[in-house]
Amino acid sequence: MTVIPHDQLPRLSADEVDNTVERPGERAPLVLGGKDLTDVTDTVTSITLRKTPKAWYVAFAFSLMLLSLLGITVGYLVTTGVGVWGNNQPVAWAFDIVNFVFWVGIGHAGTLISAILFLFRQKWRTGINRFAEAMTIFAVMCAGIFPALHVGRPWLAYWLFPIPNQMGMWPQFRSPLLWDVFAVSTYAAVSLLFWYVGMIPDLATLRDRSTSKIKQLVYGAFSLGWTGSNRHWHRFEKAYLLLAALATPLVLSVHSVVSFDFATSQVPGWHTTIFPPYFVAGAVFGGFAMVLTLAIPARQFFGLKDIITRRHIDNMCKVLLGTGLIVAYAYGVEFYIAWYSQSHFEQFHFLNRIGGPYGWAWACMTFCNVVAPQFLWSKRVRGNLAAVMAVAMFVNIGMWFERFVIIVGGLHRDFLPSSWGMYMPTWVDLGMLAGSFGLFFTMFLLFCRYLPMVAMAEVKTVMPESHPHEGPHVNRHRFDYWPDERDAMPPMKKGEATQNIRDWTGL
Amino acid sequence: MATTSRTSTTHAPPPEVTRAGHVPRYERAAGELELEAEVLAGYLAEFENVDAIMTAAEKVRDAGYRRWDVHSPFPIHGMDDAMGIRPTILPWLVATGGVLGLLGGLALQIFANAIDYPLFISGKPLVSLPAFIPVIFECTIAGAAFTAVFGMLVLNKLPMLYNPLFKSERFRRVTSDRFFVVIDATDPNFDEKQTLQLLQSLNPIAIERFED
Repeated sequence: MTVIPHDQLPRLSADEVDNTVERPGERAPLVLGGKDLTDVTDTVTSITLRKTPKAWYVAFAFSLMLLSLLGITVGYLVTTGVGVWGNNQPVAWAFDIVNFVFWVGIGHAGTLISAILFLFRQKWRTGINRFAEAMTIFAVMCAGIFPALHVGRPWLAYWLFPIPNQMGMWPQFRSPLLWDVFAVSTYAAVSLLFWYVGMIPDLATLRDRSTSKIKQLVYGAFSLGWTGSNRHWHRFEKAYLLLAALATPLVLSVHSVVSFDFATSQVPGWHTTIFPPYFVAGAVFGGFAMVLTLAIPARQFFGLKDIITRRHIDNMCKVLLGTGLIVAYAYGVEFYIAWYSQSHFEQFHFLNRIGGPYGWAWACMTFCNVVAPQFLWSKRVRGNLAAVMAVAMFVNIGMWFERFVIIVGGLHRDFLPSSWGMYMPTWVDLGMLAGSFGLFFTMFLLFCRYLPMVAMAEVKTVMPESHPHEGPHVNRHRFDYWPDERDAMPPMKKGEATQNIRDWTGL
Repeated sequence: MATTSRTSTTHAPPPEVTRAGHVPRYERAAGELELEAEVLAGYLAEFENVDAIMTAAEKVRDAGYRRWDVHSPFPIHGMDDAMGIRPTILPWLVATGGVLGLLGGLALQIFANAIDYPLFISGKPLVSLPAFIPVIFECTIAGAAFTAVFGMLVLNKLPMLYNPLFKSERFRRVTSDRFFVVIDATDPNFDEKQTLQLLQSLNPIAIERFED
């Protein structure tokens, strides 16, 4: 049996190893290109530490342009009043709430990747979790703008919080809108903590790798003096696990609470118990589409193909397909329940959803969210980045329309035909929607430039180098797709496999 | 059957001991006063891979040291046992934080909507627990999550922006690809010569004295 030392293994690039195939009993490699620990550090830190590429400035200028549109529209609205929106009676909730729900939903994929996939030991999450978490935070920032403006007098938006005041008044804690305030602000805070805590070791890497004094000082301050001490890692990992365990029910609660805004009302099409799970699945669905939208260009542009591999894209496509099916099922169940309820108003609402004046929005939603993801059943489509990007774009659009269909579609035809109406967005509505993307992309570009885009410390734990190869500490479960390495392992002794499974599962 | 050992073959003879952050007297600026005598703060030994550091950690543990640590770019599975670290009390703190958050959320709502400003909404009881659940839940999560993060930082004595280890140029690779055993000079077992011998016996690729 020939033995090839680890450092002499053939260096294979992302294109040469197909880590999307499944080999029973083996773990697919998650870092390709023959990268070792040093290479991972180099690849990720160089994104931050090298000179700013020109293309970044171009993208940043474009984002700033969109962001200034947000500034203009918000400034105009604050100085003039919410009448500049197209909201009216009966459509009192329109683009503002559509955008709010859309952006909050986007955030959910980040927490799903960082928390739920962590609890399920999905090791591929390490390649994408950092920027998915960043995406969560920026999406929640975008979301927060809209309800704050929707209150009408944004300078009094602090009334939403239980702050003692001269009027002796408190918020109404039995209102789902108040629950929303707590859910979204807790979500924003916990997501920020989760993101930052996970980033401390990587900020320390940037501190130790940067040569400029200013960078050393800034990264040094934010990395809090991290030394990679195992006594620290021990508590760090415990804290991270607990945060994941806390963030999991939290993320499920956030969109459930958002859906209560609708479900606790009497409006036909809103007043339904399917909303919480349906909203959560939809949020994850839309969020994964956004992760793909960002990940595919980012891995090309920043040279991360060996860390965000084909397998990562493939897995994300599968999540997208799975959650898409749940969403499609929920769409169907809504229609069934409307018929089954024998409620005249419910039945009218759902017929009106297809055949009413906003039927085109329903058709758009159905095509984007139900039809488009079906292409992901094919492995060839999942392997074609342009096709994946196209599906993700459809889902981004479709999920925005889903909220439009629910909110505007629910309000424009309610119980009394005398109070029916139509909604048309104004330029301020459209400008604010585009501007919120400006805020999102600006924040994301700043993040890519100045913060570690990939969780280096976490990626390293899923590499073969993170486990002992020799001596008494060998972990025999670390088989991967390089046959030479597997053959280099001495044959197992009798009973060793059972013992390993016992050690592994703790049973 | 031949197996190559990547840990042992490359590391004979024992490495030379260098000093971290030490500026020789002749390189200091003329007239620069040495305000404090530099005190030996400990030794650091550098290792190349996980195999070596695991074995080294077990030996240092068995030699009875207490004020020592292993530094690595990522958490190493099994290192807690190899070092003999006892489980942290953090989960208990987090549970406490969660319970306080829960009670806080409940108290806030009862005080605000039933005591300080009784608010009647469609004939519902003032203390309507089912409607209070979402906020109580969020407060519980927030209390626990904040405790998890700040409890971890406090237990780890972070932020600690000054650390004599940062004087070592070699130690900067700890956040990238190298592994270190650090034995603190304040350890009761610490002896300038014997500790050095122990570290040399572990076959590190380098040993440094670091001073405070």
